[in-house]
Amino acid sequence: MSYDTALTVFSPDGQLFQVEYAMEAVKRGLCCVGVRGKDAIILGVEKKATSKLQDVKTIKKVYQLDHNLCMTFSGLNADARILANQTRLQCQQYKIYYEDDPSVDYIAKFTSQQQQKFTQRGGARPYGISTLIAGFSNNKPKLFQTDPSGACSEWKATSLGKSAKQVKDFLEKHWREGLHEKDALLLTTKALMDVVESGNKNIELCVIRKNECWFLNENEVEELTKITAQLQ
Amino acid sequence: MIDFDPSTFGLAHTYQKEDKDEINTLSMPSAPQVIYRSLNGPTQTNGGNKLNNFKHGTTTLGFVFKEGILLAVDSRASMGSFLSSEQVRKVIEINEYLLGTMAGGAADCQYWLAYLANHCRTYELKNGSKLSVAAASKFLQGILIGYKNSGLSMGCMIAGTDLSGQHLYYIDNDGMRLKGDIFSVGSGSTYAYGVLDNYYRYDLSLDEAVELGVRAIYHATHRDTASGGVVRVYHIHQNGWTKVHDGIDVVDLHYKFAQQKGLVGDGDEAKQRLF
Repeated sequence: MSYDTALTVFSPDGQLFQVEYAMEAVKRGLCCVGVRGKDAIILGVEKKATSKLQDVKTIKKVYQLDHNLCMTFSGLNADARILANQTRLQCQQYKIYYEDDPSVDYIAKFTSQQQQKFTQRGGARPYGISTLIAGFSNNKPKLFQTDPSGACSEWKATSLGKSAKQVKDFLEKHWREGLHEKDALLLTTKALMDVVESGNKNIELCVIRKNECWFLNENEVEELTKITAQLQ
Repeated sequence: MIDFDPSTFGLAHTYQKEDKDEINTLSMPSAPQVIYRSLNGPTQTNGGNKLNNFKHGTTTLGFVFKEGILLAVDSRASMGSFLSSEQVRKVIEINEYLLGTMAGGAADCQYWLAYLANHCRTYELKNGSKLSVAAASKFLQGILIGYKNSGLSMGCMIAGTDLSGQHLYYIDNDGMRLKGDIFSVGSGSTYAYGVLDNYYRYDLSLDEAVELGVRAIYHATHRDTASGGVVRVYHIHQNGWTKVHDGIDVVDLHYKFAQQKGLVGDGDEAKQRLF
């Protein structure tokens, strides 16, 4: 009897195969990187045009959830859009209930809760994405990762998707505590450039600061990739 | 309440309902009870008879000063012209860092402040951080707006301390939420405001503030028949709250203040002493 066709069935060795397969989808997704610095968090993600006719500029893979909260992902694009919209709504709903901005802890827990919901009921499949959520909590920068099983964990720096292991090794070697925004930005770009297939048009970068998010435009990314290429 | 919406047939009932409630609504927090709305307009308590309408029969006050917040309340409960209790506790200890005062319907205040306490605790356990005073008061406002016009009677103050300092909010059953430095609520509030507004300064010391609170409540209990009993005083500071006075009898206060003013209660005697 196969235990992997239904979500709500455990296998004899305690695995939920559908969730594992969802994580497989994530592993095949495009690479994304998150680096936590002293006063900012950097999110970087690879974007790929499916054909030359597609305008890569219009692909936005870093979602802004609130004025100082952003999310990126690896995996199925459409699932990310839905999850981001739900989380955006939850940010605003929190403000109506409580007047304060939600902390990134709360939002990360909420996102992972949404993902967990779909690992426990029939008729629906898990979200095929792992997300990186970057924001501030009590004025401290934090980076969270969630995955299709609904797990949520905090990271200093991490990466998801294809070549995630290679990037993580690179980050392990070069990340240190208290990175300034500029250094964190260079680190993220370097990490991405090692694995991104070709050119600078295929990277999207975002800097999350205490009160705002800075999405680097095309020229800024190009400049940054040039500087990074010169460093070694 | 079961929702017999035909479009939910064939789908797991719990999935559909939870999904709708949690994700797609920008609504205020939903209260656990069914809301009864009268078709004739706002529900009136006490039959609307002004004479017996002691629904706000109380005096509570709170003010912000340099040492934090002072809350002072009376302790009388009346049902029409019947005095049901002289020892009510009108300051509700929500948790170690939040206090609520009761005015209006005792049942409503007690229940909803306990509900708020429950919610604050759940939030703290789930999220690892405490709810701020602004957030707690906003949450309560959200609930009360859901019950607007259905007959709730509450005029309470939420006072507490959080990372940004000590804050005082006034919340009532109309869904009004005000942040302020001085509030007094209840039938005796006008008398209390008279004393409070006269002597209030931000830079009162703790002793002076306690004295002011006690005096204001005393004067309100003296002139308002629906207020009386004992004065209870609480002080909110950055480490939480302290109960300063558990109950000073207003009758004792009457004689103490009268003596200070040189009054002995008998017009003729006073005249004799003067001349």
